[in-house]
Formats: sequence, C-alpha cells, structure tokens
Amino acid sequence: MANTNLYHSLSLITPEIFLSVALVVLVLADLVLHKDKKLIPYIALLGIIGTGYLTISQFGMSGFAFQNSASMFSSYGMITVDSFGIFFKSIVLISSLLIILFSFQSEEIQKINDRIGEYYALIFGMILGMFFMISATDLILIYLSMELMSLSSYVLAGFTKLRDRNSEASLKYLLYGAVSSGLMLFGISLVYGLTGTTNLYIINSLIQGPQINLFTLAFACILIFAGIGYKISSAPFHFWTPDVYEGAPITITAFLSVASKAAGFALLIRFIKTTFVSYVDPNGWWHLINVFDWKTLIIAVSILTMTLGNFSALWQNNMKRMLAYSSIAHAGYLLLGLVVFSNQGLIAILIYFSVYLLMNLGAFLVVMLIANRIGSEDIDDYNGLGITSPFLSVSLAIFLISLTGLPPTAGFIGKLYLFIALVDAKMIAVAVIALLNTVVSLYYYIRVLKHLYLVKPVKEPVAITTSFSNTVLVSVLMLPVIFFGIYFEPLVNFAKSCLLILGL
Amino acid sequence: MIGFPILSLITFLPILGMFIILALPKEQPKNVKYLTLAITAIQVVLAIILLANYNYSAAGIYDEKSFQFIEKFRWINITGISWLGTVKIDYFMGVDGLSTPMVLLTALISFIATLSSWTIEKSVKGYFALFLLLDAGMMGVFVALDFFLFYIFWELMLLPMYFLIGIWGGPRKEYAAIKFFIYTLFGSVFILLVMIGLYFSATELMQDGARVHTFNMLALMNPANYSPDGILSALNPNNLRLIAYIALFAGFAIKIPMFPFHTWLPDAHVEAPTPISVILAGVLLKMGTYGILRISYPMFPDITRQLMWYIALFGMINIIYGALVALAQKDFKKLIAYSSVSHMGYVLLGMASLTTVGINGAIFQMFNHGTITAMLFLIVGVIYDRTHTRGLNDFGGLATQMPVYTGFVTVAFFAAIGLPSMSGFVSEALVFLGAFGVELIRVLTMISTLGILLGAGYMLWTLQRIFFGPLNEKWASLKDLDGREYAMFIPLTIIIIFLGVYPSGMLNIMNTSVNSLVSFVTTTIHSTSLGGL
Repeated sequence: MANTNLYHSLSLITPEIFLSVALVVLVLADLVLHKDKKLIPYIALLGIIGTGYLTISQFGMSGFAFQNSASMFSSYGMITVDSFGIFFKSIVLISSLLIILFSFQSEEIQKINDRIGEYYALIFGMILGMFFMISATDLILIYLSMELMSLSSYVLAGFTKLRDRNSEASLKYLLYGAVSSGLMLFGISLVYGLTGTTNLYIINSLIQGPQINLFTLAFACILIFAGIGYKISSAPFHFWTPDVYEGAPITITAFLSVASKAAGFALLIRFIKTTFVSYVDPNGWWHLINVFDWKTLIIAVSILTMTLGNFSALWQNNMKRMLAYSSIAHAGYLLLGLVVFSNQGLIAILIYFSVYLLMNLGAFLVVMLIANRIGSEDIDDYNGLGITSPFLSVSLAIFLISLTGLPPTAGFIGKLYLFIALVDAKMIAVAVIALLNTVVSLYYYIRVLKHLYLVKPVKEPVAITTSFSNTVLVSVLMLPVIFFGIYFEPLVNFAKSCLLILGL
Repeated sequence: MIGFPILSLITFLPILGMFIILALPKEQPKNVKYLTLAITAIQVVLAIILLANYNYSAAGIYDEKSFQFIEKFRWINITGISWLGTVKIDYFMGVDGLSTPMVLLTALISFIATLSSWTIEKSVKGYFALFLLLDAGMMGVFVALDFFLFYIFWELMLLPMYFLIGIWGGPRKEYAAIKFFIYTLFGSVFILLVMIGLYFSATELMQDGARVHTFNMLALMNPANYSPDGILSALNPNNLRLIAYIALFAGFAIKIPMFPFHTWLPDAHVEAPTPISVILAGVLLKMGTYGILRISYPMFPDITRQLMWYIALFGMINIIYGALVALAQKDFKKLIAYSSVSHMGYVLLGMASLTTVGINGAIFQMFNHGTITAMLFLIVGVIYDRTHTRGLNDFGGLATQMPVYTGFVTVAFFAAIGLPSMSGFVSEALVFLGAFGVELIRVLTMISTLGILLGAGYMLWTLQRIFFGPLNEKWASLKDLDGREYAMFIPLTIIIIFLGVYPSGMLNIMNTSVNSLVSFVTTTIHSTSLGGL
C-alpha cells in the first residue's frame, strides 16, 4: 500500500525529479568542465526541454501526490497536479527557456563566463522552487519551496558584482525577503495552532466549523498574504522591486518579472482557492467560506498596487526601473482577475499571464540588446534610435503598446478579458479605476517612443544591427503579440482548458 | 450589389500599401509618394463605385437587411462550457445613409491630404506608411457594424496620429502629440467599458436558436434582445443606462471635440503638419458625431430623449465659445482650429433636434465641414510653406500678389460663413430649421444663430487682414499657386459649390436612413426605464 502510494506520487512529480537531476548534472558539469564551459548552457537548455516534455505529457492528468495515509482525509496530498498548475509550470518553463536563450546574447552574462555553471545551477534552483510553489497544497511545502526559490534568486540578483547597484540590490532583496518570509512563517504557525494541520484541504474543512477564532485566523491570513504579496511585488510589499530590477543582471530581472511572479500568483490563487472556497457553483462563481474578507483586502491591495506602480513609473529615467514599476502595476491588474472569485476571472488571469510573458520578456530583450550596444539603460540615451535602428525600435514600440493594452495587440486582449470579468461581476467602480490607470500608464510607455522617435539626439545615435539569432528571438516574441491581438481564439481556448484547480 | 467585397477592399487597401511601402527602398522617396497617391486614388474610385451602386431607398440603421455591401462572417468564435456561454465576434461591415457620406469624405480627404503631403522631406517612408495606417483606421470606423471591430479601428488610429504629429509637427509637437493621445485614450476607455457593459446586457438569437452575448451593433439596438438582469438593460430597475450614456457620450465628445473637452484640438492643429491637420479636421472630428449617431442614439434612445436639451446646450456653447475664441486669435491656424470647434457645434445642435431635417442637416454639415475646413487648412498650409509664418498681422495686401489663391480663399471663407450657393449654407440652414422646430431647444437655437454673425466677423476680418490693405513689402515676391495646389483646391471647390447649388445630391443618400433613425430614436420604448433620471 505504502509503496504504491509512493510510486504513484513519484510518477506525478517526474518534471520536478528531472529538474533536480538536471540541477545536479549542472553542478557536476561545472566541476568537471572547469576549463571550457561552452557546454554548460546547452546542458541547461536540454534540462529545460526535457522538463518541458515531461510537463506537457502530464497535460490532462490530475491527482494528489504524497497523500497522508494516516489521516482521515487520506485522499488529499502535499502536492496537487492539475491543469491549472501545468499552465503555470508551462509559463515558468517557457520563460526559463527564453531567459537561457537571452543569456546567450547578453554581454553582462558573457563577462562572467567562468562562473556560468553556478549561474545556471541557481536558475534551476529557482525553477525547482517555482514548480513546487505552483503545486504545493501543504503549508510546510509552500514555505520550503518559496525559500528555495528566494535563496537562489537573492544570489542571482547580485550575481555579476560588476556594479555597486548589484550588491545593493542583492542585499535589499535578502533583507526584505527575510522579513516577509519570517512574517509568513508566523502566519503559518498560527494557522497550524488553530487547526492542527498544515494541509490546505484539511484546513478548508476545519475552518468551516464554528469553533474557529476568526480574529486569529484573519491575522494569520494577512501575514501569509504578506509573504506571497512580496513575491508578486504587490503594494505595500513592493519596495524591493525597483532596486532589485535595476541592479540585477537584465536576464535575471526579466526572469523575476515573469516567472517568479507567475509562481507567486499560482501559489496565491491555489492557496485561496483550496483553503477558503467552499464550492464553485455551476456558473463558475467561487463561494468563499465566511471567515475572512479576502475580497476587500485584495481589491484594496490591487488598486494600491496598480496606482502606485503606474504613478511611480511616470518619473523613471532608467528603462529597467520603469519596467519594474510597470510590472508592479501589472501585478495590480492581475490581482483584479482574482478578486472577482470566478472562473471567468481565472480565465482572465491565465490569458493575461500568457500575454504578459510575451510582451514583458520582449521588452526586456530589446532593452538588453540595446544595452549590449550602447552600454546604457537610460531613457535619454535612446534618443534617435528609432531612425538608426528601426527593427529594435519598432519591436520595442509594439511591446510597449501591448503593455499599455491598446488594440490590435495581445495586451488589449488580456485587459479586455480582465474588464469582462470585472463587469460580469458588476464591479464597475473597480473597472473604472483600472481603466484610468491604463490611461496613466500610456504616458510612461509612450515616453519611450518619444525618445526613440521624436526627440532630436544631441550626438549621432549608433546604428544597432541585430544578428540573425537576435532577430529570430525578437520576432518569436513579437509576432504572437500581434497575432493574438487580431485572432485570440486559440489563446482563450487554451486558457479555458487549464481551469481545473483540484478542490474539495 | 457588386461582385467583390468593396468595403474590405477600401479599408484594407491602405494597409496593403503600408506593407509595400515598408518593403520599398529608402532611396526613392518619389516612388513612395506615387504609390500612396495611387492607393488613395483607388480608394476614391472605389468610393465612386460604391456610390454608383448605392440604393437610395434602403434605410439601414437598425435593420440588417437594408444595409448595403454587407460583409459578415465569424471572426472569433469561442464555444464554451455553459457558464461561459459563447464568445462570438463578427467581422461585420456594411454601409447605410449615415456612413456612406463619411466613406466618401474619407476617401476624398485622404486623396487631397496625400497631395498636400508632397512637400514632406523627412523620413518619407515612415510618414506615408503611418499615413496609410491612419487612413485604414478611419475608413474602418465608418464601415464597421460590430462594436468590437469598431473599437479596434477606433484605437488603431491613435498611434499613427501620435507619430504623425509628434515626428513631423511644429516646435511643440511632443506636447501636442501626447496631449492628443492621452485625451483620446481617456475617452476611449469609457467607450470600452460601455461596450463590455452592453455585451453583458444583451444577447443575440443565433440560427440554431441559442441566445449568446454579442457585440453586433444592430442586435444591441433592439430592446427585445436585452435581458432583465443586464446592468445596461432598461428592464433592470437598477440599471446604469444614464451613467453609461454619459460615459459613452464623453468618449465621443472628446473626438468632436465638445466643450469642455476641446483643449487638445488647437494644440494638435497648430503643431501638426498641414496634411495631418486636414485629416484631423476633415475626418477625425466626424468620428465623434458619427459614433453618437451610430451607437449612442439607437442603443440608448430613451436616454437620448431625456438629454436632448443638454446636447443642444453643449452644441450652443461650442458654436458661441468657438467663434468668440476664434475672434481673439492672432495665429491663422489656431483661428481655423477654433472655427472647427464652432462648426462642429452646429452638428451637435442639429443632432439634438431629433428631427429628420435637423439630423440631415447635421450629417450634411459633417460632410461640408470636412471639405470646407480641409480647404481652410490647405490654405493655411500654402501660405505657411511660402512665408513660414502664420501670424494674421504679418500679412496684408496679398490679393494683388496671389490673385488665384485669394480667389480660392474667398470661396472657402464664404462657404465657412455659410453664404447661399455654398454647401455650408444649406447644412447650417437645415440645422437651424430642424432645431428651431423643436419647442424644447428653441431658445438655445436662437442664441446659436449669433454664431453665424460671429463667424462672418472673424472670417471677413481675417480676409481683410491678410489679403487686403497695403501690401507688406516683405512678401512682394510670393508666387501664386502651382499645379499640385490647383489639384488640391479645384476638386474641393467644385464639391463645395456643387452641393451648395444641388444639395439633394448628398441629402438623398442619407435621407431614408435619417428618417429611419429619427423614427427609431423617437418611438423605441425601452420598456420601463425606471433607472436613470
């Protein structure tokens, strides 16, 4: 009995197992190949592709791994595999794949070639942490996976050590991170104290009983939310984001802005869905257990996040910093998909994330390629590039327009579905605030275009030619942004097939 | 009916042209210009074919069968699990008496603006590529009958317009471009919100008997399609129809531009290059009033009836305020820009009357304002190209120096004032006739007639300051019009005089549809409209 259980569990976590093996192989390869490290990136690439294959082959599968056979709730385990999780794992994997390809092109990363083994090993550590974050349904595992991801990312944020900003970024990240995970751990211990268990499913059934102390539970919820909110950089836990994004190597910034945010969101959604939703009605509305007012909390946090993010972005002159604030604002929009507490909202989040992956990574890629050549991420140094480097400028323009959410780009479809979900839930006031935020965001995105095309450069701007591989890489991100803006049926259908979150 | 999809062709031909231009080599700017001219010329030909095959007795408005040149097929079709229903968006185009004049206008103005763009020297490829994209967006707005499609085209114009003002504009181009962009986006987010609200409030009956939510404009006009629990459904006692109407109206009003949302217009006009001013005044401003007639009126007839006095009030303010500010201008282009504000006020006033005469006048005024103001901006462009100044007091006595030019200017000015035998006279007369007949807005109409007097004041004063009096010696060597400029002015002049003498040529196109619109708006009962006022 126990053996079949173990076998069943292991078969459900094959992607995670493969990732761990790849991580070990990377570390070993780094030791063995200390003279010539050319092979290491390719090993990393293979690791991602292999994990991708295993993840995709899990598509349509669902089940619980590591069930607690001693308990009366024996059918629920520590890890849940379902289509929702596979969707977010795919997001993480696609962004990891792209980040590794970006790293091939990044001059920052070329300069640290002798430590490239550690670089990829740490990235794999992050991916592994994210995978467990996405599928964890046990508070202990949630905490451990978050720590695994965070510790790897603290190091990566300061990895190049070439700039002062770099170590500052790393240290800030570490300090804030330590505080927030401490808070979260406290929250977890309170929940354990209240219910005597760490399994989310069991907590769900226990807090439906009358004897729960609502005040303590609310306190614990807020503490746990603080820990997760830090990962998705929602206000008021966002202070680290601009500094870390600006200081970290650009590949890592891009990775943090997409993959780590995806993992954070997946965790938040799964945590709330499995712990606090009593049932989903046939119309797709989630009915929350009446113990804690998640709706008000998240609406407040969401509005605060997008407004702070957008208004702070207005004053930024560094592209990475601007994109950092923009990614804070996008976290705010994404939270709106959660507050409607319906499958319609979940669809909106999934669509938004697919689109956000393309456009945000695209924007970071172009910023990186420009920085490779002109050695600066300062917006003033972009003056006149629109004329001399048409391909990169047009691509950046398309990514930024998509981030603003104007048709006919995919960003519009993401926003459209969010607003559809909000209007469907009759949350008109919130929708109006979000729309006005979009107008504000136009200003800083368009400002980049202004510098690219409108402002007369003081000195002759350099002409940036893109190599064939770079052109392909940019196009791979840019063409879907246009395509899904005009014909979004496949995107929506895919999102609709990934809605299953295993619950009670 | 004709054998090819004429509306798709007229809309997407410029986009095709844009791609060809992007592929052309940079070294031959002439080729780019000729290609653009060819494409806009084909558009004019297509518009004439459309007019030749146009059925004058088909109404359109809310009845799909009487729309003409319809193209309809499923664009997005997401079949769903029960709780999500089906998401369907149609690629749905068609024209009726509301949109046909606008399609003709767009084709004509785009052609004229291309001629006027001949003097562009800076990054020619980029300019004409953006110009064609703008052209496609404008055309698409006027032929789309699916709200979603309409919105896509509506937003598609913003970006090219931003760059066209921002790159090829005057000294304060960056400020003007961003101001235009933010203003219009601010308006269009409200349109988006109302669009989503309407989507959830109404359903359309499909062929298989299922009812699904829809963006189809015609389905959204039918009160029977609204479900009782929709937030914008009149059956819902807590509906938000009034607020939605105001939001939608504001979105369109920014484009018109209606006081107090007009402040982007003078900036955009002054900084934009001449051809873009022509497009802006000639076509873009019409989108606001077109949107109100196409969407706000038939989808919210109950609220429209409640608010007609306010619409007329804003029309009056536009007329008087625009004219007064125009009087105070020292910059020729700014003066024309404010005269646009004043003239669009007539359109609002005519629309507010909710009578066939008034709305006929309003649409006719949209067309006439398009041609007349286009000509006025070309006039400013001609003088600015030669002297690089637009100060009204820097000139004097140009009539002897440039007699032909002065002739065209006189025609355009008199048309703008509304002199009989010019097209502007007929449309303004119809507007006043229609509005005066309505008891409710009679006083406002009477005050508005002052606008004609003020209009004559600033126009004649300008004519005097620039063309009469002693010749300013600085301009003693100015050349009169060249062949290209003749080609811009002559067609516009012919149209202005032709429609002044024979207005039925245009009025017949719209009459059936306007009748249908008026009876639809004045009689459609959205059951118990408890919400709202």
